[in-house]
Amino acid sequence: MKKTLQLLTSLWSVIWGVAYAETGSGTGVGWGALNLPAGATPLSHDIHDLHMTILWICVAIGVIVYGILIYSLIHHRKSKGVEPAKFHENTKLEILWTIIPFVILIAMAIPATKVMIKVYDTNESEMTIKVTGYQWKWRYEYLTDGLGKGIDFFSSLDAKSNEARQLGSKIDPTTVEHYLLNVDNPLVIPANKKIRILLTAADVLHAWWVPEFGWKKDAIPGFVTDGWIKVEQPGIYRGQCAELCGRDHGFMPIVVVVKPEAEYKEWVAEQLSKKEANKVDLSKTLTLDELNTKGKEVYAANCAACHMPEGEGMAGTFPAIKGSKVALGPIADHVKLVLHGKAAMPAFKDQLNDLETAAVVTYQRNGFGNNKGDSVQPADIQAYK
Amino acid sequence: MSVATHDDAHAHDHHDHGPAKGFMRWVTTTNHKDIGTLYLITGLIMFFVGGAMALVIRAELFEPGLQYVDPHFFNQMTTLHALIMVFGAVMPAFAGLANWMIPMMIGAPDMALPRMNNWSFWLLPFSFVMLASTLFMDGGAAAAGWTLYPPLVLQTGNALPFTVFTVHMLGMSSIMAAINIIVTVFNMRAPGMTMMKLPLFVWTWVITAFLLIAVMPVFAGAVTMLLTDKFFGTSFFNAAGGGDPVLYQHLFWFFGHPEVYILILPSFGIISSIIPTFSRKPLFGYASMVYATSAIGFLSFIVWAHHQYTVGMPIAGELYFTYATMLIAVPTGVKVFNWLATMWKGAMTFETPMLFAIAFVVLFTMGGFTGLMMSISPADLQYHDTYFIVAHFHYVLVPGAVFALFAAAYYWLPKWTGHMYDERLGQLHFWLTTISVNICFFPQHFVGLAGMPRRIPDYAVQFAEFNAMSSVGAFVFGFSQLIFAYVIYKAIQGGEKATSEVWEGAEAHGLEWHLSSPPPYHSWTEAPPKEIISDLH
Repeated sequence: MKKTLQLLTSLWSVIWGVAYAETGSGTGVGWGALNLPAGATPLSHDIHDLHMTILWICVAIGVIVYGILIYSLIHHRKSKGVEPAKFHENTKLEILWTIIPFVILIAMAIPATKVMIKVYDTNESEMTIKVTGYQWKWRYEYLTDGLGKGIDFFSSLDAKSNEARQLGSKIDPTTVEHYLLNVDNPLVIPANKKIRILLTAADVLHAWWVPEFGWKKDAIPGFVTDGWIKVEQPGIYRGQCAELCGRDHGFMPIVVVVKPEAEYKEWVAEQLSKKEANKVDLSKTLTLDELNTKGKEVYAANCAACHMPEGEGMAGTFPAIKGSKVALGPIADHVKLVLHGKAAMPAFKDQLNDLETAAVVTYQRNGFGNNKGDSVQPADIQAYK
Repeated sequence: MSVATHDDAHAHDHHDHGPAKGFMRWVTTTNHKDIGTLYLITGLIMFFVGGAMALVIRAELFEPGLQYVDPHFFNQMTTLHALIMVFGAVMPAFAGLANWMIPMMIGAPDMALPRMNNWSFWLLPFSFVMLASTLFMDGGAAAAGWTLYPPLVLQTGNALPFTVFTVHMLGMSSIMAAINIIVTVFNMRAPGMTMMKLPLFVWTWVITAFLLIAVMPVFAGAVTMLLTDKFFGTSFFNAAGGGDPVLYQHLFWFFGHPEVYILILPSFGIISSIIPTFSRKPLFGYASMVYATSAIGFLSFIVWAHHQYTVGMPIAGELYFTYATMLIAVPTGVKVFNWLATMWKGAMTFETPMLFAIAFVVLFTMGGFTGLMMSISPADLQYHDTYFIVAHFHYVLVPGAVFALFAAAYYWLPKWTGHMYDERLGQLHFWLTTISVNICFFPQHFVGLAGMPRRIPDYAVQFAEFNAMSSVGAFVFGFSQLIFAYVIYKAIQGGEKATSEVWEGAEAHGLEWHLSSPPPYHSWTEAPPKEIISDLH
């Protein structure tokens, strides 16, 4: 049966003149396939097999039902001069076609139950990663001692895709590598380790989904859901947010880089030392220009999606920063709003470091023709936290 | 009166209560046919409005990259397209059919509660004007999907209260229509028209009406909780205040799952009327059809969380909802088998209503298969919120519910207007519609399985070919519907006179075929003879 499917698959590919196999990421991700990927984890294999089983049962029932229908349509037509029969019930037949489907359903329910129990079994996980959905990026926190504890970063759509996806960008998406499926900082995990994924969200519902891992799960603000993965082959796996989460729902991909254990440990060491090196030097005082330059970058990456690149906002939903009361008002209120958020505005205290916060506040007060002229230093931010 | 003058004869005409003249006829009417017509026209207009929104979506998805609309506007389109198609097109169209056909089918002069009938219709135009006006408000219309999930929906601007009030008004309208149908069927059947003699269209509508009364208040309550969360400081759905966003999903789908059967059960009734007529055979398994419909109605209340397999329910919940959902396949299968058995050894002809009915059986069954696949919770962890789901529910709603409505319109149009519709145009409409609907929705199974999430305005390039195909299908489908509108217009204007029976042998299949075409303004002013009723099958 697998062969038949492969045949059908390749037939479609020929019809559409697309070499589907080559559009994958080169790591066997198979994004261009017509069917559910067989995947890279034990769960994804099981779910794929389950899917194929139900699919073929449905195909078999379909062949019978449509076969009878087609036979009837050909032979039982008035133009053939047939006399219509008069029968209108047959108790035996009716009982039969109630019971047979019931039996088929039980046959489907048994493997489904087995797989579901496996999906829910997060026991004996070797490490845990907490994933938090934000509008519109993912945050990854490593929680297991010795396997990356202390690593904590945000992952958003990569700059090239982000540029190309703007309305009227005139950039051909086919020229962008992994268009909409690439991020700035991928999640990195070790191969062949059972990893428990904890999911939550900071603002609205999101869902974390990498098709090759076999499942998706909702990330719910205020609640923690979980699931597990154990990726057999090192490689790069791509997915997307799967629960509508607002304007840029389509633009918060997931990229998971799976490394052999040794390489993973190197990566962890590197990340932890980098983290140490990147600590903001709070004793340094920056000029207005320095802050504005840095702030412009931070703004583009974190604020522009809602408040728009020119700070004009979106009437009714996202307030303008250009000429806003906050940007032209007391600086303390401005910093607090950025740090702690308000209604739909997320809290940025975990997303931005002190330097970035100081820079973006300064930029908002001086960019977009606000020209307020004042600034705030990284050293001052801590006081507002 | 011995010397009846011409004028006196006119005076007597007033006792016939013919329709009033002019615009006010439609505003003040309490006549079931007038109200039915109003509902049907509203349904058709909203079908084009919702369709235009679908074409905005498909135009944007024709190729990767953002070409025409901002993602926020795209989300407004997906939200309004669904709300308008569900509440504006399909439900009013079914209510229109119920109003037109139920009194004629059960041997009654009119609906039981004619003034309420008028009100229940006239709430609709105001609701939809209000809903459409939200597009022009600050922040745009609701953009959180038709499910209106919090917390996202609470980020809606000024549109939120108007969207909620629209739901309230639509709910009131539906509940009143449902009460009216139940009261009519229970109290106004002609002598001899027992419950087990009722045409299946009436039966399916009675069950639909009970579903409506049970679930519309739940939806109204849930959206009211959204309203108080947003404006009055409650925290029903806010974890920070002790609430739970998933509670909304349970409430919504407790309404939402019966709602999808509200959209399909009357279709089953229509198909069960049309297939026997054109097979020239009695419906196979009438009693089991009634039981199957009731079983589906009951099951619809106990399967809701299969829309939420990914929210992290306990495993017992996942498994319970899996088993319960799979059960629906049994009564639904019974229906399909009964339709096949009705056609078996019949003497079929293939006029437009029959073509749409056959396409319904074939394509709805397709949607049934994918539905069965999705009921398997572990597999649904992959399918959920992808284009596979989009393909599934469009298969059950477009070649399902909408095809049943097309079939019904062609089937009863000669009865309503007194003129035969243009069969050549009808067939053209059928073939264009059926081919394009598959070009539009079939490829969506593939992109969904291959990993394309739903509700995204832009996608990775490997999905480009199938999306382009889907968009072409959508546009052909959309413009083909202009033929449908023209066929209706043409039949209203004139054409070959229809007999009272309209279709060969139809008299044996329902009381409506014993009335003239078009029928008298007050359908059965005298109860139909008992012999006619006892001969029906």
